[in-house]
Amino acid sequence: MSKRAGETNVFVHRVFPVLVVVAAIVAIWYVAAVLLNAPFQREAFARADQAYTTGDLISATLNQERPVLPAPHQVGQELHKTVFLIKPSSKRSLIYHGWITLSSTLLGFALGTLLGIVLAVAIVHSRTMSKSLMPWIIASQTIPILAIAPMIIVVLNAIGLSGLLPKAMISTYLSFFPVTVGVVKGLRSPDPIHLDLMRTYSASQAQVFWKLRWPSSVPFLFASMKIAIAISLVGAIVGELPTGAVAGLGARLLAGSYYGQTVQIWSALIAAAIMAAVLVTLVGIVNRYVLRAMGMAHQ
Amino acid sequence: MRLPPLLIASVILALAATLLPAAGEGAEAVVSLTLAGAAVVIAGGLSIAIPAATIPLTLLGAHFAAWRLVAAAGPLSGHAGTGFWCLVIASWLMAWQLANALSALEPRQVALRRLVSLAVPVLFGVWILILWQLIVRGFAIPQVLLPAPDQIWARLTSEVPTLWADFQQTFLKAVLIGYALGCGSGFVVAILVDRVPFLRRGLLPIGNLVSALPIVGIAPIMVMWFGFDWPSKAAVVVVMTFFPMLVNTVAGLAAAGAMERDLMRTYAAGYWQSLIKLRLPAALPFIFTALKINSTLALIGAIVAEFFGTPIVGMGFRISTEVGRMNVDMVWAEIAVAALAGSVFYALVALIERAFTFWHPSYR
Repeated sequence: MSKRAGETNVFVHRVFPVLVVVAAIVAIWYVAAVLLNAPFQREAFARADQAYTTGDLISATLNQERPVLPAPHQVGQELHKTVFLIKPSSKRSLIYHGWITLSSTLLGFALGTLLGIVLAVAIVHSRTMSKSLMPWIIASQTIPILAIAPMIIVVLNAIGLSGLLPKAMISTYLSFFPVTVGVVKGLRSPDPIHLDLMRTYSASQAQVFWKLRWPSSVPFLFASMKIAIAISLVGAIVGELPTGAVAGLGARLLAGSYYGQTVQIWSALIAAAIMAAVLVTLVGIVNRYVLRAMGMAHQ
Repeated sequence: MRLPPLLIASVILALAATLLPAAGEGAEAVVSLTLAGAAVVIAGGLSIAIPAATIPLTLLGAHFAAWRLVAAAGPLSGHAGTGFWCLVIASWLMAWQLANALSALEPRQVALRRLVSLAVPVLFGVWILILWQLIVRGFAIPQVLLPAPDQIWARLTSEVPTLWADFQQTFLKAVLIGYALGCGSGFVVAILVDRVPFLRRGLLPIGNLVSALPIVGIAPIMVMWFGFDWPSKAAVVVVMTFFPMLVNTVAGLAAAGAMERDLMRTYAAGYWQSLIKLRLPAALPFIFTALKINSTLALIGAIVAEFFGTPIVGMGFRISTEVGRMNVDMVWAEIAVAALAGSVFYALVALIERAFTFWHPSYR
C-alpha cells in the first residue's frame, strides 16, 4: 500500500467518524439550546407584546444574555473574549484563572507522582509494607476525598498556609493512588527468568532495581501518570470551590453559579476540558519520546 | 542467633523513658506510664529470649502499653515530656515488629492465611488511630485543626439522627439512583455503539477524552436545571458514571476471542445468542471494573454537587456548613460515614463481581 493510500485510510477510518460525531453533538447542542431557552423567550416576547415568527424565536433563543443552555457560538465568543481580548493580568481573563488552576494542578501532580513512586518502591521491597499498606491505599480511594477538600483548605488557611499548597495537596492525594498501583505492578513485572539472571550475576538489590525493575516499570508509570494528571486537575478545581471564589477555574464555576452567568460557567468548563485534553496529550507525547529513547517503543 | 533490632530499640527506649521527665505532674499519669514502660520492657525482653512466642508477647505488650498511654495522654494534654514520647515510639516499634512477624508467617490452612492477611492491615489501621490519638492529645493540637479520634467517635454516636438523614438524602437518593441510571444507560448505549462500527470509531475517542475531563464541573449547571433537591445531584452522578461504563463495556465486548466467535458462527448462533452466551460473559470483568470505578465516582459527584446548593440536608451540605462553623469533629464524623459508605459500596460490587466472574483467572 502506498503512503498516500495509508493516509486516506487513517482519515476515513479514524478521523472522519470522530468529526461526524462531534458535528452531531454540536447540532444536538443547538437544538437543545433552542428547546430549553424557548419557554423563557416566549414569555419575554409576550411581556413585550411583540409578534414574532419562528425564525425570530430561534435566533433570539440563541442569543440570550443568561440562557438556560448557552449556544456553542456564545461559549466560543466568551472564550475568545476572555482568552484573547482581555489582558492576562486582569481578573476577568480566563488565562489568569487558568494559570492559577494549572499551577496547583502541576504542583500536586508532581508531588503525587513522587509520593506514589516512593510508596511503590517501599511496597515492593518490604513484605510488611506491602501487606499492611496496600489494602489501605486501595481503601483510601473509596473515601470521597474531594468531600474533605473544603475542610483541608479552611484548616490549612487557619494555620496560615494558603495559596497554592493546600489545593496542590488535594491534587496530590488524588494523584498518588494510580501512580502507586501502576508502579507496584510495573516493578513486579520483570519475568522471573530475568530476576534469576540478575541473581546469577550476583547483582545487589540496588542494581536489580536500577537495571531491571525501574526500566520495566516505566511504561506502567506513564500509563498511571495520564490518569493522575487528569484527576489532579479535578482536585485543583474542586479545591478552589471553598476558598470563597477568589481565583481559578473552580472559582469561575462557583461565581458563575452564584450570579446565574451560564455562559461564564460553560466557558470555564470548556477551558477546563481543553486543559485536561492538552495535559493528557502532553504526558502521552513525553511517554512516546521516553520509550523511544529507551528502545522500548513497539512501532 | 540474630537479635531482632526493632525489639532491642523498643526495650532501650522504654528503659530510657524511666530516666527522662515524663510529664509535669499528675500521679495518675505517672502510674499509667510506669505500667506502659514495664509492659514494653517485659514483653520485649521475653520475646528476645523466646523468639517463638514473639507474636502473642508483642501483641499483648504493645497494646497494653498503648492502652495505658492513651489513658495517660488525656490528663497530660500538652505537658507530655520526652519520656512519654519515648514510650510512644517504643510501643510503636514493638507493633512494627509484630507486623513483621505476622507477615513472615506462612500458614498452611487457607482460613488461617486469610486471617493473617486481614490482621496485618487491621493492625496498621489501629496503630494509625492510636498514634493519631496520642499525638493530638500529647501536643494538645487545637480541635479546629484536627480532632482526636475519641471526639469524632463521640460525635458519631451522639448525632446519629442527623447523620442518618444526610446519608438518606445523599447516598440512598442521589448516589444510588444516579448510579443505576448512569451505569444502565452507559451499558445500553455501549451495546448500540458496538452494533454500529461507525459509531464505535467516532464515539470511543470522544468517550475516552470525556472520561478524563473534570465532569464534576457540570454540578452548578445541573443544580440550575434540576433544582436544589436530589435530582440535580443524581444528574451529576449519571453524567459522571456514564462514560467509564460506556468505554469499558465497549472494550469488553471486543474481548471475546476470534476462536470462540468462530465457534459461535459454526453453531449458527444469531447476534443475540452470541451476545448473551459469549460476548457479555466475556465482557463481565470490564463491566465490573467500570462498576467499581463508578461506585467511588458516584459518591464524590453527589457530595461535590451539594456544595453548589441543596436543601438543608445532605452530606455535602453538612460538611460545608460545619466547616464554616468550625465544628471540625462533626465534619470528620460525616467523612467517616462517607468513607464507610464508600468502602461498603465498593466491597459489595467486588463481592458480586467475584460471584459472577468466578471463572476468571484472577480468582482461581
